[in-house]
Parts: sequence; structure tokens; C-alpha cells
Amino acid sequence: MRFSALRILKEGLTGNKGWQAHWRDAEPKPAYDVIIIGGGGHGLATAHYLAKRHGITNVAVLEKGYLGGGNIGRNTTIVRANYGLPGNSEFYSHSLKLWEGLEQDLNYNVMMSQRGVLNLCHSDGQRDAFARRGNAMRNQGDDAELLDREGVRKLVPFLDFDNARFPVYGGLFHGRGGTARHDAVAWGFARSASDRGVDLIQNCAVTGIDVENGRVTGVQTSRGAIKAKKVAIVVAGRSSQVAAMAGLRLPIESHVLQAFVTEGLKPCLDHVVTFGMGHFYISQSDKGGLVFGGDLDFYPSYAARGNLPMAEHVMEAGMAMVPMIGQARLLRSWGGIMDMSPDGSPIIDRAPIDGLYLNCGWCYGGFKAVPGSGDALAHLIATDTPHKAATRYRLDRFATGRGLMDEEATGSQHNLH
Amino acid sequence: MRDLREFSVRGAALPEPEGAEWSAAWDDYLHNRDNPAGESRELWYHGQGCGAWLVVTRDTVSHEIASAALAGAEDTP
Repeated sequence: MRFSALRILKEGLTGNKGWQAHWRDAEPKPAYDVIIIGGGGHGLATAHYLAKRHGITNVAVLEKGYLGGGNIGRNTTIVRANYGLPGNSEFYSHSLKLWEGLEQDLNYNVMMSQRGVLNLCHSDGQRDAFARRGNAMRNQGDDAELLDREGVRKLVPFLDFDNARFPVYGGLFHGRGGTARHDAVAWGFARSASDRGVDLIQNCAVTGIDVENGRVTGVQTSRGAIKAKKVAIVVAGRSSQVAAMAGLRLPIESHVLQAFVTEGLKPCLDHVVTFGMGHFYISQSDKGGLVFGGDLDFYPSYAARGNLPMAEHVMEAGMAMVPMIGQARLLRSWGGIMDMSPDGSPIIDRAPIDGLYLNCGWCYGGFKAVPGSGDALAHLIATDTPHKAATRYRLDRFATGRGLMDEEATGSQHNLH
Repeated sequence: MRDLREFSVRGAALPEPEGAEWSAAWDDYLHNRDNPAGESRELWYHGQGCGAWLVVTRDTVSHEIASAALAGAEDTP
């Protein structure tokens, strides 16, 4: 079933009776070539690219709950490629290019909206750093525009430009960044993978990973044992638990990150805007709610809810940057569990066990990475060589100290990234 | 009952490895974590209070604190 304007018209005129389920709810088979543990954005994207680019379709995606029920459905939907360090910059650049063709690739409306991401600066030093980062982005072929105060005012006149502590000096505008409908991204990848023959198996919790003579042979699940030549762990938020089933101890600590949304409002905020002097960012969803968030709660947590001190801090930062949001009523807040790595950058690599692959450590930047991460992991699984945009996402970089990507230079403490 | 904002959390309370040379033990100490979903033994710092380092036994799923004690020399970073 393909989606098109004509199809919508036809279904509208015939009582919408022709729509079908978007993917098959598959039963597990005894064996597969590849098992992907985790039916979230990254896992489903991996299945799509394995099938599409590499013709590997004897694949199962095992999901302990329902497809897209984890962090792909709990994030703040921001897409961007404005990283500064080699390793991250080319990876997110690649991912953004995939985002730009994603709806055509998947024949699915992911509501990709390149509304622009604006990072604000509040000091001369920060402006200099933005100029440098903007130049680096342009040098690799991406877009960046350094705006002065008046340039920022034209885009977002409602900011508190003369805030006594954090006056707005300017900003770095990344016009190709924006937002996408997070659930639709999971559904679009799921539909494409399923159509190409991948089995998407829900309510199937992995309880063990079988390893014989240093080589993975399959998994134990709540729905029985399944054999596989290759197994990929793509379960950010629960990476440590699943990796422990294979005897691995990962460089990851799990932390809760909160997000907030207001009641629906008329369009008032056209871009994604980030505060340069506190961890705060905001955008307006297509439904009208202001979606915003801030920093981690800082203590390790697996509870998908945060605590009030960080909620208060985020509100204070928001009021300092955009005082007008004080008139909006907060509708709800939630938390998601982040794989925090020691340098703030992810891992896409082979595990020290043959046939076992790791995709983890996305910190709080996993959503924008979804297509790039799926493409890179599929390439790694299919060829056993890293994708050219993800050569630095090695597991051993912490042990060797080579190729660390610590964007904020906060050192090896997991919760400070 | 103290306000959460008086504290900062360092992470898992782990014994520092022997020796000053870089080793697999130091890599493990700095980077790798058990990262349990459940009871965890952590170092917390009472920075906006008395300045003490504490070993807190806490559940990472329920956030319930089972015990808190002053950290000994073997626990502090």
C-alpha cells in the first residue's frame, strides 16, 4: 500500500475502508540471519537500511513492548547537524542528509519541518566559539549563519534581549535543522522494513544472549529461543542490562532527562531556539504546544519521570530567555532514560564477541541521529567495516584515549555531558 | 529531609585502583559502570551544605534511599 494524494482522495470518497495495517505483526521464527534487539527508532532504521541497502531481509526486530514505545516516542523531536568536533560533525551531517530525503525514501509523512535551529550567544567569547563552529559547519558543506543581535531580533523579537545577566549578543542559525514527528519516524521505518520482509516482533523481551566459543549464536526471549548469526543491541536507555546478558560492562550510566509541553497555542515560535547560558531549548509543535526541556536530573535513574528541582530550573531558564511563555499553562511533563557515555558521544561498533554489535550511548541526542545511526549500523552488520560517517564511534576510544569526542569538554564523568 | 539542590552526585562509589600508571583497571574505574536498574551505591557531595561526601544506597528505579553514611577515605575521589 503506497501513500499518495490520490490515494487519500480515493479513500475519502469510499469511506476509508481500504487502509491497511502499516506493518505485519510477525511471530518469531526459529532462526534469522540478523536479530536486532530493540524496536525503537534506531533499531527500526537499522532494519530498513539492512533490507534496502544490503538486501539482508532475513531479519527480526525484537521489541519487549510495542514498536516505538521508548525514547523515540519521548523526545523533543529536534533534527540538526551543528556539531563541532570531527567524528560527530560528519556523522550528523550524513544523518541530516538522510532526513532530507526520508519521506520520499519511506513513502511516509514524517512531518519533517526544516524550520531552523537558532543557538543564542550571550558573551563575546560565546560568539567567537559560534563563529568557529559555524565556519566548520560550512566547510563541510552544511549551512550556518552567524547572526548579530538585530538579526536575531528579526527572527524572534519576543526574547528578553536586555536580560541583566544574559543579554542576547547574537546567534548561530542553522536553517536546515528543525523538527520531525517522532512517532511517524518509527512507524515509517517499521512499515518500510516490514514491507521488505523484516519480521517485527512485539512483546518479545530478550532474556539472554547465547555465546559459544566467543561467538554469538542467538538469543533467549520471553517467546522462546531464536538463533541468529548476528545480533545487534539497539536499546539505548537499557543498554547496560542487555549488554550484561553477554557478559559486557559498558561505559554507560543511565540518567533521566525531562521534557515539558504547554497547552496548544496559536503559532508564535517559528524555530527551535536554544538558550546559550543554561540548558534550555524550545520549539512549538505543529499541534501548537510549546515543547521544551533542559538538563538531566544528574542522578542515575531508570524512572521515566524526573524531580521538581530540575523542573523549576528549566522554567526559570525559560522565563529568562522567553518571558512570554509565562502566560502559557504547562500541560504535562515526562522523562526519558538516556544512555550517558563518558565523552557525550555515541558508540556504533562491534562488541568484543564475534557477531555481536553495539549501538548505544546516544546521551540526549539520539533522535536526530536515527537515520544516520540505522544506516551506519546496517553497514557495520552487513560488511563488518564501519560506515565512513561513523568511523570514530568506537567502543575502545575510552580505554585508548584516542578519538574522544567531548563536545563540552567536561571530562569523563557521564552525567556532565 | 534535605533539598536535592544542596547535593551533587558523582556517580557509583567505586574503589580507586592501585598504582598511578594507566591500566585497564583505571579505564574500568573511570568509564565502565554496572549501571544497575535497582539498588546502587553512589557518592553524593553535600556542596551547598556541610561539604561532606556521602555514600548513598539508593534505588535507581523507585528513587528510594535505603541508607546514607559519611564516606570513608577509600570512597572519596
